[in-house]
Amino acid sequence: MSAVLEVRDLAKAFGGVSAVNGVSFDVHEGEILGLIGPNGSGKSTLFNCILGQLPPSAGEVRIDGRPITGMRPCELNRLGVGRTFQLLQVFPQLTVRDNLILAGQEHRGSMWSRLVGRRDAGLGAAADRMIEFFRLAALAAEKAGALSYGQQKLLDVAMAFMAGPRLVLLDEPAGNVNPTMLAGLRERLREINAVEHATFVVIEHNMEFVMSLCTRILVLAEGRIIAEGAPDEIRRNPDVVEAYLGG
Amino acid sequence: MKRIAVFGVLVLLVLAPFGLKPYGIYLLSLWVVMTIAAIGLNLTLGYAGQISLAQAAFVGIGAYTAALLTTQGWPLWSAFLLATALCLAIGWLLGYPALRVQHHYLAFVTLSFSTLVFLILRNEEWLTKGVYGISGIPRPTLLGWSTKAPVDFYFFCLGVLALVSAATWWLVRSPWGRAFTALRENAIRADSLGVDTRRYTLMAFAIGSALGGIAGVLYAPLVQFIEPTAFALNLSLTLLLMVIVGGSGYFLGPFLGAAVSVLLPEWLRFSEGLYLILYAIFVMILMAFCPSGLLGLAERWRDSTARLRKLTR
Repeated sequence: MSAVLEVRDLAKAFGGVSAVNGVSFDVHEGEILGLIGPNGSGKSTLFNCILGQLPPSAGEVRIDGRPITGMRPCELNRLGVGRTFQLLQVFPQLTVRDNLILAGQEHRGSMWSRLVGRRDAGLGAAADRMIEFFRLAALAAEKAGALSYGQQKLLDVAMAFMAGPRLVLLDEPAGNVNPTMLAGLRERLREINAVEHATFVVIEHNMEFVMSLCTRILVLAEGRIIAEGAPDEIRRNPDVVEAYLGG
Repeated sequence: MKRIAVFGVLVLLVLAPFGLKPYGIYLLSLWVVMTIAAIGLNLTLGYAGQISLAQAAFVGIGAYTAALLTTQGWPLWSAFLLATALCLAIGWLLGYPALRVQHHYLAFVTLSFSTLVFLILRNEEWLTKGVYGISGIPRPTLLGWSTKAPVDFYFFCLGVLALVSAATWWLVRSPWGRAFTALRENAIRADSLGVDTRRYTLMAFAIGSALGGIAGVLYAPLVQFIEPTAFALNLSLTLLLMVIVGGSGYFLGPFLGAAVSVLLPEWLRFSEGLYLILYAIFVMILMAFCPSGLLGLAERWRDSTARLRKLTR
């Protein structure tokens, strides 16, 4: 299996505080990798360094063998890397359908063709399919700001998949989502993984969600990887139990 | 229903100057010109979320381009071309600070630019005639149609407004409009979805500024005499007021805002010395209770009646 994402000795320091400290790992094609760890362990900083939101202090990141360190987030997205953020990030004044079209439109044609071309950038049908897939059909014409938190979360995740990415980094997708919606979200993610062979990296505190979804888990504490393995191995790892899972 | 309303407004705009005295027609023409400038600012501020206090400078650049060219015998269309190109290029450059700073910091950057343009207009007498201004700016003749009379010039301005409105309508409904809105609402998320926020920011400044320039090209032959103080900070603040009062980020916001700013004070003149006080009170009440402007107020009313209808069904 080839590595879609390679992270080598990545470090990020804020002044004297080291948030990420020499982290290395690979993510293979079709894999769902979980990234867990206590609050402040450096998970989101690691995501932001990988995805160009923060410049790393040291280290290298490669996508399909190509160095991407220092690339802007929009350039990475066009390389097929999608993401969601820890906090909800939809565009409240746009409708659900327009949120999804926006999430894919910059992958279509040139900037000029997007000005003179179709209003939906040729993505209307794809957006409708995504709306249907994420069970948001009744809300397609609603402004995203009018949706419940859980519905906005689903939309947020759906947007990350709109451009058909190869790799998606999901930052706490299950945060504050009710159990019914969470089960639906897990099923949607599994289906995309199985059908589209998309590769995921998931940061999550909901252990039931992450253990049932991911095929491999990395545990981060104080900016370092302290454990790596299958969900069952991680559950039994004494270091992880001490640092994060508790008795 | 919407189409009937639009048709009704168009008929009203065509019939409006008949029966009005020259000053009334001048005010209508001024409303048209200021609407174009406010449409530009609405694109930069309302849609793309980039604050600018420099719109008056671009109106000034457009007006001086028109005045300098047409008083030398050049046709007005050449001024339209040159002013649009100039403002587009300068607006693009002015967008660069917006890539680094936002909100009130950006306001001060654009304010500095506005002051710089004002100083050039006032001090570079060899080009602009400084505080003496430029007079005798001719109105154009188009394919044998002279726009010298106020009513003819009003229709000329109205034609330009129609073209600008159609182009802006197309723009804001295109994927560019969606990207501008995304830039305003959440630039970080937009960036992560592949939206080149840098390029869209620069485009928002460039296009908004070019529309300011077009308004200036019309302003010069409307007033037929220009001098630098007309394009000082006061006009930038008035244009900002138009966008905010009308409804920032609403397509029709600048039309309404310009009407409030240009026409309302005149309608309040029956109150004689009190008219500016009444006008200021109106603006303060509106901003206090509906910061999203008149169209925001209309939308709130529409949403609440729709909710009420749902509940009583």
